[in-house]
Amino acid sequence: MSVIKKFVNTWGLTELARGLGVTGRYFFKKKFTIQYPEEKTPKSPRFRGLHALRRYPNGEERCIGCKLCEAVCPALAITIDSEEREDGTRRTTRYDIDLFKCIYCGFCEEACPVDSIVLTDIDEYHFESGETGVVTKIDLLNLGDRYEAQIASARQQDSAYR
Amino acid sequence: MNGPMTEIRNYTMNFGPQHPAAHGVLRVIMEMDGEVIERLDPHIGLLHRATEKLAESKPYNHSIGYMDRLDYVSMMCNEHAYVLAIESLLGVVPPIRAQYIRVMFDEITRIRNHLMWLGAHALDIGAMAVFLYAFREREDLMDCYEAVSGARMHATYYRPGGVYRDLPDKMPLYQRNDREGDKGLAARNEDRSGSLLDFIEVFTERFPACVDEYETLLTDNRIWKQRTVDIGIVTPEQALQLGFTGPMLRGSGVEWDLRKKQPYEVYDRMSFDIPVGVTGDTYDRYLVRMEEMRQSNRIVCQCVDWLRSNPGSVMLDDYKLSPPPREEMKEDMESLIHHFKLFTEGYSVPPGQVYSAIEAPKGEFGIFLVSDGANKPYRVKIRAPGFPHLAALDEMSRGHMLTDMVAIIGTQDVVFGEIDR
Repeated sequence: MSVIKKFVNTWGLTELARGLGVTGRYFFKKKFTIQYPEEKTPKSPRFRGLHALRRYPNGEERCIGCKLCEAVCPALAITIDSEEREDGTRRTTRYDIDLFKCIYCGFCEEACPVDSIVLTDIDEYHFESGETGVVTKIDLLNLGDRYEAQIASARQQDSAYR
Repeated sequence: MNGPMTEIRNYTMNFGPQHPAAHGVLRVIMEMDGEVIERLDPHIGLLHRATEKLAESKPYNHSIGYMDRLDYVSMMCNEHAYVLAIESLLGVVPPIRAQYIRVMFDEITRIRNHLMWLGAHALDIGAMAVFLYAFREREDLMDCYEAVSGARMHATYYRPGGVYRDLPDKMPLYQRNDREGDKGLAARNEDRSGSLLDFIEVFTERFPACVDEYETLLTDNRIWKQRTVDIGIVTPEQALQLGFTGPMLRGSGVEWDLRKKQPYEVYDRMSFDIPVGVTGDTYDRYLVRMEEMRQSNRIVCQCVDWLRSNPGSVMLDDYKLSPPPREEMKEDMESLIHHFKLFTEGYSVPPGQVYSAIEAPKGEFGIFLVSDGANKPYRVKIRAPGFPHLAALDEMSRGHMLTDMVAIIGTQDVVFGEIDR
């Protein structure tokens, strides 16, 4: 570099000006920030969020208490008790998921032979005390009833890959 | 006050673990002479989660999700090393398409990791804007992660015998909302109209210009140079003796990259260059990582081209190792039995031991796996690249000023998930 060029670059703060040019351009450009509560980023149909238990269209719960999800859960977050119901079918009497233990790996959904336990795309939830981190069978079934349309459409969209 | 004044020279100073420049939970005890570091002692273990021990009590597949959480900014690379170890003990080779997908996602992960490093390193040294721009690009890569695996970070995507699911043909779209008009919404969804591969391709076309932007902000900047040039010099001999790998070693001028020297998956089919530094200072390591991002971008491009024209299976058909497709599982008794066996018992791996290493963004990430023939590992040893790097913090920082230590932690790119395991 010639002496004059070096002199100009040093005292003219050229590289700082170029840097400011970049930030200056973005200052006047449209912002790329997502304004979260109003706007949301897209979610893939494979999204792994809060759990839910599904029902068949006739209202019967899908879960048959095979305990595959309990066995496959790496974090041991699922606890199941099952019993024979009056009509002779096996159903769970207890289905607890400890959301503090869960690592959202999705293995339970992969393991479930009757598509009962699923991971929905709900990612906005909170707990108000430590005990409420455990969701019970009733909660999970209610979640499933409330979001069945979304759950079914996400499974449908991804069915070719499953 | 009579008599001579007591002269106190060295004093001990505590840094971290809550300090934002400590990159997580690093605690350093420094012995200072004024502002100059005499010696220092990094304290580790604050994020210890016993991953190695936990893996001994779980079937093989269960630990994949925990590998994500080791180096939690380069998730899929960690999975890759673990999955490779299992595969080499089992003696299986995943389908070629799965290998390309793995290579592509390894490189996406490398870009992600380096973007995170760049943002944090520049922020430590005082440049705020780079962080914002780096995270903008990182967001797109997170979307790629989410599109294939369903999680933006802890993917659990690689499985022994292939990958979880094939690349989706559709990208999720931004939904209509009150803030954004039709035009804005269309602009946001422009890149997302095609498949995941289209999305990645658009990204690879855009990304080199983004790297140019980061470089405009930093490479010639006099403040950046004052803070990084000749800081934490490591000679090639030192680097080898200290057990450095990855960009830390290449920054010192040693041309060593497992992707070239010991190619795994389909890296031998890729054309890319290994950037090396000259002086081995923080600035050289910065340049090396910047160039690595460009090279990774090249590899991703090549993978996209290949994947586009070569559809096929992404998982081995061996139902002793991978679950059968769901349709088949529901109709075929034998498939259902395979499904149940796999998800309860897993699979057994023949007795033996293996060390499989991959070129993770931070260096050589290795898994030493010992099997006694059961369905869970007898021992898993994780070779984290950050560990020897952090161990050299003392040697690299001696004689430097206090603020230079922050630059050195930044250049080491330490993540405590993997160091403390």
